[in-house]
Amino acid sequence: MDQLENEVHPKILEALLKARNDYTLDDALENEMVLNMGPQHPATHGVLRLLLRLDGERIIGCVPDLGYLHRGYEKMAENMSYYEYIPHTDRLDYISPMANNVAWVLAVEKLAGIEAPKRAQYIRMMIAELARIASHLVAIGSFAMDVGALTIFLWTLREREKILDIWDILCGARFTNSYTRIGGVANDAQPEALAKAKWFIDQFEPNLAEVEQLINTNRIFIERVDGVGVISKEDAIDLGFCGPNLRACGMEFDLRRNAPYLCYNEMDFKIPTYTEGDCLARYFLRLDECRESAKIVKQILEKMPQGPVQADMPKKVLPQKDEVYTKMEELIHDFMIVNFGINPPVGEIYHAIEGSKGELGFYLVSKGDGKPWKCKIRSPSFNNIQALPKLVIGHLISDVVAIIGSIDPIMGEADK
Amino acid sequence: MNLKTLIPQKLKEKFPSVDFEVLDYRDELTIKFDKKSIVEVCNFLKSESDLDFNWCSDITAVDWATRKNRFTVVYNIFSMKHNFRLRLKADVDETDCKIDSVTSVWGAANWQERETYDMYGIKFNNHPDLRRMYMPEEFEYYPLRKDFPLMGIPGSLPLPKK
Repeated sequence: MDQLENEVHPKILEALLKARNDYTLDDALENEMVLNMGPQHPATHGVLRLLLRLDGERIIGCVPDLGYLHRGYEKMAENMSYYEYIPHTDRLDYISPMANNVAWVLAVEKLAGIEAPKRAQYIRMMIAELARIASHLVAIGSFAMDVGALTIFLWTLREREKILDIWDILCGARFTNSYTRIGGVANDAQPEALAKAKWFIDQFEPNLAEVEQLINTNRIFIERVDGVGVISKEDAIDLGFCGPNLRACGMEFDLRRNAPYLCYNEMDFKIPTYTEGDCLARYFLRLDECRESAKIVKQILEKMPQGPVQADMPKKVLPQKDEVYTKMEELIHDFMIVNFGINPPVGEIYHAIEGSKGELGFYLVSKGDGKPWKCKIRSPSFNNIQALPKLVIGHLISDVVAIIGSIDPIMGEADK
Repeated sequence: MNLKTLIPQKLKEKFPSVDFEVLDYRDELTIKFDKKSIVEVCNFLKSESDLDFNWCSDITAVDWATRKNRFTVVYNIFSMKHNFRLRLKADVDETDCKIDSVTSVWGAANWQERETYDMYGIKFNNHPDLRRMYMPEEFEYYPLRKDFPLMGIPGSLPLPKK
């Protein structure tokens, strides 16, 4: 205990000892023990640190400790223009950077009163849905890998690679994309990118079915996650669970349907829900969501309208580079926007999208100048991790690995 | 009836002594009131079956730097029944940097309030576990306050002991 007090901060230790301990277990191991899991642990998906209080191998207390990836992105947002911040949103949820780009520009557009053209909105929807598929593939793969089914990770990453290739054609970057711009997207989607997206969607369905077959027939996987980490619908809502995790508890809640943005109300898609609320349900739900997203992308590619991809508002929207080099008016606007920002009117807004992990929102306060006065990131992973102690208590240590994998936290987003 | 008119009306009926300031900007409803009645109002908004704000999406604060009431605590709540988002605001002054915690109303407020405390130094009364969220416990400053420099304060974060 003395050694522990040196290593663990007394306040964290106190919180852990106060954590729920009304479990009485007749265990051969009488003494309790504190186990430090993470931040460097392969199964904690980044730098999540958990302090576990154990009775034998059973968990009777859990205190997550965040902040190992805290880079102060909210503070940085207050010190840079709205345009400059776009690349930084890539680093929030680094598994699906495109979705973060979309969330940020939608929030800024709402604040500044800009509306992107229809084609740009369709492209944004397409990249957001592809980002969801890419993110869920990592979630499924790493979840399966955490509980011992190693092959699946390679199979899902193979599919994800193809999405990264589409992004490569689209914007020249595979991982940190920064593709969206305020008032539109950086460049029109090339026919090659759209053709590749179509090809990807066509071959995705059978490949996903293969992955599913491989997991569903794996008895070890099923038995390790079935009935583990159960949370009721009421508790999930109370604790701020969001996204796929909430839908796996039986709550049919999806911002694409409940608070539509972009052109989601023109799309035909289902919102999959499961009622069990355990790790297995969360895995099944992600599979179903991949399929629904593929369906949406298919419709987008069919319906994609022609037209401009940037709003015609020269004082707010950055002009294309070739115009800057050849035209005087555009050069002036480029200079003004880069140096003084887009100056949205005084006011405050909150805009959220259904990111791949849940509700990803930005609360922005403008004082009328080029930089946001306040930017708050409402990150889904942060709120999902909050429910983690509730999920793990009463389970074994090996189940913690499965539960973390199933709620799919991304620390870049949780720590900001 | 439209929720945008229903909510302020119901609140004014239920709490005649509280002064509600209603603002509708970019199709978002904001209600500002005194910090003393925050828990009662939140409880009412959650339990009233016509409103049913069952989901606390986010809690944060804004530092106005030069205003008389320096901070504003912002609650972002959502009603899943009506698909309606509401923003509650309460001013907190620097000399009395405290507000009652709403963890008794929504469990999700626990970490969200901790984060606000960590970043702005606003204390939440009756909070079950008010520790810092991201910064180390030894850290003396509140990073999102406007007087905290962007590059940090040299020496404020000591290296871990060997």
